[in-house]
Amino acid sequence: MDFSNTEEQQMLQESVQKFVHKSYDFDTRNKIIDSDKGYSEENWQLFAELGWLTVPFSEADGGFGGSAVDLAVMMEEFGKAMLVEPFIATAVLSGGLISAQGSAEQKAEILPQIMEGKLQLACAYAEPGSRYNLANIKTTAVADGDSVVINGDKTAVLNASNAEVLVVVARESGEATDSEGISVFLVDAASTGISIHAYANVDGKKAAEISLKDVTVPASARLGSAATAFSALQATIDRATVAVSGEAVGAMEALLHKTVEYSKTRKQFGTAIGTFQALQHRMADMFIECQLARSIVIMAAMKLDSGDNQLEKTKAVSAAKSRVGKAIRKVSQEAIQIHGGIGMTEELDVGHLFKLVTAVEIMFGNTDYHTERFASL
Amino acid sequence: MNADFTAEELQFEQEVREFLQNDFPADYREKIDAGIRLSKEELVHWQKILYKKGWAAPNWPVEYGGTGWTATQKHIFATEMGLIGAPEPVPFGMKMVAPVIMAYGSDEQKQRFLPDILESNVWWCQGYSEPNSGSDLASLKTSAVRDGDEYVVNGSKTWNTYGQYADWIFCLVRTDNSVKKQEGISFLLIDMKSPGITLKPIVLLDGHAEVNEVFFDDVRVSASNLIGEENKGWTYAKVLLTHERTNISGVPRGKRRLAALKRIASNTDDGFGGNMMDNTAFKKKLAEAEIELQALEYSELRTLAALSVGKAPGPESSILKIVGTELAQLMDELFVDLAGYHCLPFVPEQFEDGFQGESIGPGNSAAAALTYFNNRKLSIFGGSNEIQRNIISKAVLGL
Repeated sequence: MDFSNTEEQQMLQESVQKFVHKSYDFDTRNKIIDSDKGYSEENWQLFAELGWLTVPFSEADGGFGGSAVDLAVMMEEFGKAMLVEPFIATAVLSGGLISAQGSAEQKAEILPQIMEGKLQLACAYAEPGSRYNLANIKTTAVADGDSVVINGDKTAVLNASNAEVLVVVARESGEATDSEGISVFLVDAASTGISIHAYANVDGKKAAEISLKDVTVPASARLGSAATAFSALQATIDRATVAVSGEAVGAMEALLHKTVEYSKTRKQFGTAIGTFQALQHRMADMFIECQLARSIVIMAAMKLDSGDNQLEKTKAVSAAKSRVGKAIRKVSQEAIQIHGGIGMTEELDVGHLFKLVTAVEIMFGNTDYHTERFASL
Repeated sequence: MNADFTAEELQFEQEVREFLQNDFPADYREKIDAGIRLSKEELVHWQKILYKKGWAAPNWPVEYGGTGWTATQKHIFATEMGLIGAPEPVPFGMKMVAPVIMAYGSDEQKQRFLPDILESNVWWCQGYSEPNSGSDLASLKTSAVRDGDEYVVNGSKTWNTYGQYADWIFCLVRTDNSVKKQEGISFLLIDMKSPGITLKPIVLLDGHAEVNEVFFDDVRVSASNLIGEENKGWTYAKVLLTHERTNISGVPRGKRRLAALKRIASNTDDGFGGNMMDNTAFKKKLAEAEIELQALEYSELRTLAALSVGKAPGPESSILKIVGTELAQLMDELFVDLAGYHCLPFVPEQFEDGFQGESIGPGNSAAAALTYFNNRKLSIFGGSNEIQRNIISKAVLGL
């Protein structure tokens, strides 16, 4: 038993910290969010050079190892600095799904481009009426000779406006909520019939609503075999769930740290507000929440990396997301409350951390959803 | 980063499991499952079984008869004990006074007291809290005035658990009124048979008198029973309080109780043709408790892993106390939820050993409210959860 970071994990951590210290202060981040693409291509290239884009991928895929613990450790640092670059969208979700479902040829063609920072992707799985049910896919894919015609609407697609390739989850057979019958297609984002309505999320990350009308792709665009993609989708989302949970752990640490430091300097009634027991106990509770969240994310990441069966893994992921979600609400709301009015302002980073973790609470299923999924498994 | 046991640790786990299966008396196990308290004789008997095995004192150093186990081995032992429901050693001798005697007692005191604690020949109780000194323990007033080779002790101690069984009591007493409150306290060992000691049982909400108030009326105590130096008692007591924070999370017992909740829930009618596992509200609360237990377990493992690479137990362990006790209390509520009407009969005697009458309610559902009442103590004792939050604020957050 050893819960300290491995040398590699430490290197990853330090690598992100160094980058953030040098080139990702709060003002820089705001400028990046305000830019056209909403992320920095220059940073993305740097991420590739630093090897970060290989972290989600196994050695067999040419990656760093694909350990969920490594990923969570790195994402924690991303969370502290609120990086908006589309790491989850391109590398973890799209890359992950291609790695899990794609053929050897498809992987060999696409994954190196992701790891080298040459390709932006977006994973279109959620639909306007699906909420968090991954099997609820109404988008249809109908074979027509050597082609497949895709029709449907996708929602909350991270990074869609920057993606050259969309990884589209569509149904080839079965009823709307069957887990059987789901396939995944690589679709050129510039294809005829695709319209992308882009916006920024509350955490500054780019996303979009997508509609696909008679979008025609060659059958070779299908990842792996037809109608079999559900378990790969679920495994990919599970991994991404642990990744964003790690991101939230980092952001919550930052919220706690900033709140404690602020309470030591902010004076009211002639004394630092941090001397008030009413606030001290609330910050102690924030600390406890941060620790429990960290513990359970480590647990879930370890389970993903272990030989346990898929059910155990999925259950551990839901446990983690449920507990992290609870911590998110508590820690982020208390951070704003203890900061008082200044915590409400755009100019302070605390409010932005609040928004980031609020987004994480929703992503890939909120607290209630994961509590119920945990109970049902 | 990994949560795996080594091959040796797995083998040790197996050894502990087999020992407990074979040697923890089956009738004790049945009683515990039925919500019946073990008697003093039974607790001592079980402790002596552990002593014979050489496992009576996992936390003691080998030189005093301890096991010499690693932090992980201690964790495994505590886990297996908790999973099977075997009572931990009564803590007052083994975990509370013994470490203080080892650290600050004279050689004569060590030889006189430690072997009997190890063998469970002598039952100890605790004399810390007073009617007017709870969380502010250092304000205690029970006085010990030196008179030749003796101290004369006057005052009273309260929340004294199982004092009715005890042969000896370890006390914090005031030996100097003229200095800062923490600096005038001494650590004194007192024979419970001393003239001038009287015990008044305090009946708690569950109908059981597990605690007492102890009165000292001109009790004469040999000065040779003073631990260490006069007026240094607070330092000694604090050492005692900061140690022994491992195994406080109650995770193994929590797992056992969670399994019981699931078992009972699926055998309890929901009143609408199904069972309580079909009840959405209950099921959600149960899931939250299970998730909390996992978060707690991994928090404890992280603390343990830090210990096993030689780091001192930090104030972070206050987390384990707070979360562990609050989760145990949450589970108490779930048992009450499940029992419904059947937790209302207040018949504590049916959970006393040897009860011959007809039990009321299915299973031990009538124990649910009693346990719920009794366990409100968890967040109050051992440094109340508010005191633990003070510790986190000061020692971790630097507030």
